Amino acid sequence: MTGWTDSSKTDLPAPATLPADGMAAMAAPPVVPMPPALRFVASARRFFRWLTRTEVILSLIMLFLMFYMIIIPLYRMVMTTVTWQPRDVLSVPSAEVGGLTLYHYVRMLTGALSRIYMFTPLQHSMVIATGATFLSLLIGGSLAWLVIRTDMPGRKLVNQLALIPYIMPSWTLAQAWLVFFKNRLSGGTPGVFEYLVGKSPPNWLAYGPVPIMICSALHYYTFFFLFVSAALMSIDSNLEEAGELAGATRRRILRKITFPLVLPAILSGVIMTFSKVMGTFGGPNILGTPVRYYVVATMIRGSIGVGDKADAFVLAIVLILFSLIIINLNQKLVGTRKSYETIGGRGFVAQVSKLGNLKRVFLVCVIIFQILVIVVPLGLLVWSSLMLQDGNYSLSNLSLQHWIGPRGTIYNHGEPGVLLNPKIWRTAWNSIRLALSTAFFTAIFGIFIGYAVVKGRGTRLSKLVEQLAFIPYVIPGIAFGAVYIAMFVKPLGPIPALYGTFMLLVVVSVADKIPYSSRSGVSAMMQVGRELEEAAQISGASVLRRFRAIIFPLTSAGFVSGFLLTFITVMRELSLIILLVTPDTQVLASQTMFYIENGDGQMANIVILILISIVAVGNLIISRFRGGSLKKGLGM
Amino acid sequence: METAIIIGNLTKKFGDVVAVDDFSLTIDPGAFLTLLGPSGCGKTTLLRCIAGLEDPDGGQIYIGDRLVFSHARGISLSPGHRDLGLVFQNYALWPHMTVYKNMTFALEVQKLSKAEMDKRVKDSLAEVQMEGYEDRYPREMSGGQQQRIALARMLAYRPKVFLMDEPLSNLDARLRMDMRGELKHLHHIAKATTVYVTHDQVEALTMSSAIAVMKEGVLQQLGTPDEVYHYPANLFVADFIGNPKVNLLDGIAKAGNRVEIGRFAISTNTDNASGPVVVAIRPEDITISTVPVPDALECIAYSVLPSGADTTIVAKVGRVEITVTEPGTSKVAIDDQLWLQFDSDGINLYSKDSGNLIPNQ
Ligand SMILES: Nc1ncnc2c1ncn2[C@@H]1O[C@H](COP(=O)(O)OP(=O)(O)OP(=O)(O)O)[C@@H](O)[C@H]1O
Ligand SMILES: [Mg+2]
Repeated sequence: MTGWTDSSKTDLPAPATLPADGMAAMAAPPVVPMPPALRFVASARRFFRWLTRTEVILSLIMLFLMFYMIIIPLYRMVMTTVTWQPRDVLSVPSAEVGGLTLYHYVRMLTGALSRIYMFTPLQHSMVIATGATFLSLLIGGSLAWLVIRTDMPGRKLVNQLALIPYIMPSWTLAQAWLVFFKNRLSGGTPGVFEYLVGKSPPNWLAYGPVPIMICSALHYYTFFFLFVSAALMSIDSNLEEAGELAGATRRRILRKITFPLVLPAILSGVIMTFSKVMGTFGGPNILGTPVRYYVVATMIRGSIGVGDKADAFVLAIVLILFSLIIINLNQKLVGTRKSYETIGGRGFVAQVSKLGNLKRVFLVCVIIFQILVIVVPLGLLVWSSLMLQDGNYSLSNLSLQHWIGPRGTIYNHGEPGVLLNPKIWRTAWNSIRLALSTAFFTAIFGIFIGYAVVKGRGTRLSKLVEQLAFIPYVIPGIAFGAVYIAMFVKPLGPIPALYGTFMLLVVVSVADKIPYSSRSGVSAMMQVGRELEEAAQISGASVLRRFRAIIFPLTSAGFVSGFLLTFITVMRELSLIILLVTPDTQVLASQTMFYIENGDGQMANIVILILISIVAVGNLIISRFRGGSLKKGLGM
Repeated sequence: METAIIIGNLTKKFGDVVAVDDFSLTIDPGAFLTLLGPSGCGKTTLLRCIAGLEDPDGGQIYIGDRLVFSHARGISLSPGHRDLGLVFQNYALWPHMTVYKNMTFALEVQKLSKAEMDKRVKDSLAEVQMEGYEDRYPREMSGGQQQRIALARMLAYRPKVFLMDEPLSNLDARLRMDMRGELKHLHHIAKATTVYVTHDQVEALTMSSAIAVMKEGVLQQLGTPDEVYHYPANLFVADFIGNPKVNLLDGIAKAGNRVEIGRFAISTNTDNASGPVVVAIRPEDITISTVPVPDALECIAYSVLPSGADTTIVAKVGRVEITVTEPGTSKVAIDDQLWLQFDSDGINLYSKDSGNLIPNQ
């Protein structure tokens, strides 16, 4: 960008003529020794030139931002756990507030409370994460196989419908489960099951690990479905045909050729699902807390709730370490990188298995499955929201009270119907505002990081940016929220105390999405390639002009998908922000949780329905734009 | 008006790879210089250094009388200010812009009037014979057409220097022939100093006023096509240029311009060689006789490869292969006995140690 025009002719060597004997003209111009002052000026100029390169400037800006958004919060969190906190004085009178100590670790890992606070929740989280991951793999993998590699009818439709659970908040199913299976333990009203069967379902079926696992799996199978179907699609059927020609049996081909090719996709699904479930808050809070079945995520929330920040952070750090271990293991297994780079579907013509007579059986199973995961839960939520008195299943009990009822009734602590409640409208507006601004900033981050990384490919700066951008990937949602509390309660350098502000929610949401935005930014920039921008550079176009005329238009297709994806995920994000919202910054997702905890489950159900409708409408609008598709946004 | 390019001691490293190594080269005003060399020898890197797209690690570059890059003085003019045009190997046409937009992008930056832009676009499209394609998008054109638009885009903004990176590499043989002719003609009209990158030696020989042969970032020889072909500066150049390849035979130089190749002796024009040498002779400088002639090397035809205009014959003496070309269709058949005569004007001797040409005094 910046250059020096220097047209002095002083050290212009005389143009050499071609030597007649055809030997190379390699006589170099004489090297004139330079005075030290000039040498200094020269290196200063070189440094300045380096510093003003677009990719360097962008790298530095992004590094600075990520430093503030990721590194400092992490650092603050660790510091909190290793220093005496004011409230420690209550239990340890000799504590010197601010002094270094391992007290919190000792307490959480070895003390009398360690079992209750740490090991039991950790064990619960592990059990749920393992079970949910396994179930998701089973469901997602089979669906992917049916859709991509068989001649089952209606595959196109299934391909679309299979993604719907991804759009719904993960705890929708948990809430629907509760409506169906709850027994008299919570709220004292009967669930649909009891109404139909006449018997109260046992606790293990209504609450605790089993339903949490199932509900999580029915949401997170979408990862496996996406990853595995992309992998299956990218397998050149020539490879399998070659195996067949070589005389291998079908099973052998499956084991020796297909499976190894799909393995990376499966493993990336495993880390993604495992660490998401480990950090997820909604489901365990709805289905676990009533029976005191605590997981790490709900424990963190609880500790923060009672003001035990240090304890919560120790838990969060343990959670992060777990994610790191899982990812490392996974990378050992599949080799570095491959694991979280999904395999782009190049759309080879896949070999299709003939299902024969079983075709219909499979189709019916899939249809039932889809109904169970999509129609039934939503139906249950609608039904429950229409019951005047919860648990009274007579027709005469149907009412719109919870939707549009007046204020000051005996229902819902006197709150008016959801649609008439200005508080809910504010909350909905907050959600939309949050999702849109996060999607916007995330897109900007994506393109800037992509540019910085791709343009600077091979330099240490570029690697640093890429690595830093990856960090949030290993921080489970609830832990990230906890990290942010540690940071923005007090002003930090030029940044004011953000706690309690809407800004904070945007910042944490953007930070949480950095790994995804950088990945899609990098792949978008790689596709554009460097020449297209260089051609504009040679034409004399300024950086701004190059971004405006070349880079933005060429990456916009990726943007739209990324925008859509961010919009959806932020709309239904709960774990990340549950610790950070205040009554003023309440969003729909957190509002449902507060209603549930407050015993207003029916209001919660309406809010969930509103949330899902907004997401669906948003999805519809955004996917009208060029290139907008959920699949693309996920990097497929 | 015409611009010289002077490159002095230019060095560009990528990590441990030295892509351009202490490279010095002077390109005369209005020259059509071709950078020729095997894949990965640093041609593209050198071109990008001239364009200002890479930041070299040493040396200096003048374009005309402007010092556009000097490591020692910390100077580097940005690509947009170097007044040069670059045709990328993959065209780099902006896919979201029509041909017209592609061509006027640089002109808009220069703030030309609409009328002037229209005129430039029209003229440039005419020069590459692509009139009427203004509203097409790049993906709506064939490779050869895109290629020509890439050229026209460069022509439209009339740079003083043309840089072209293997612009014809993606075309089929026929189109490539046509385009060579057009490029040469365009260069003649525009009179812009041109640096042309290729690894196709025929392209280099047919189009250039000068050829610079590179190997691993180092300049091997700079010369006219004739010089590079007939007097390769070292064995690398000799071996690289020419198709079919030059014959390289080990010999011992003796007094009286004689060189012994095994039991066979030839006479050369080089009078100051002695000791072990490598004899280089191009296939077309060898004449074939099917009847015994004095001072000829007797051998057996191993294979015969007619290609229309001429015929390549591979002859064998023991385990040594000698390639010969004859104009037209040869009457030689495989296993025929042949007598080869070496034209002493076509023989170059290279030092066995250094591989450099032993000059003829
Ligand atoms: N951006 C880069 N980073 C690292 N190494 C590079 C880079 N660009 C080029 N190189 C290396 O520098 C050397 C010269 O590459 P260059 O592209 O100039 O070769 P070339 O002569 O143009 O080859 P080709 O004929 O195949 O285009 C190669 O060894 C290449 O691997
Ligand atoms: Mg190249």
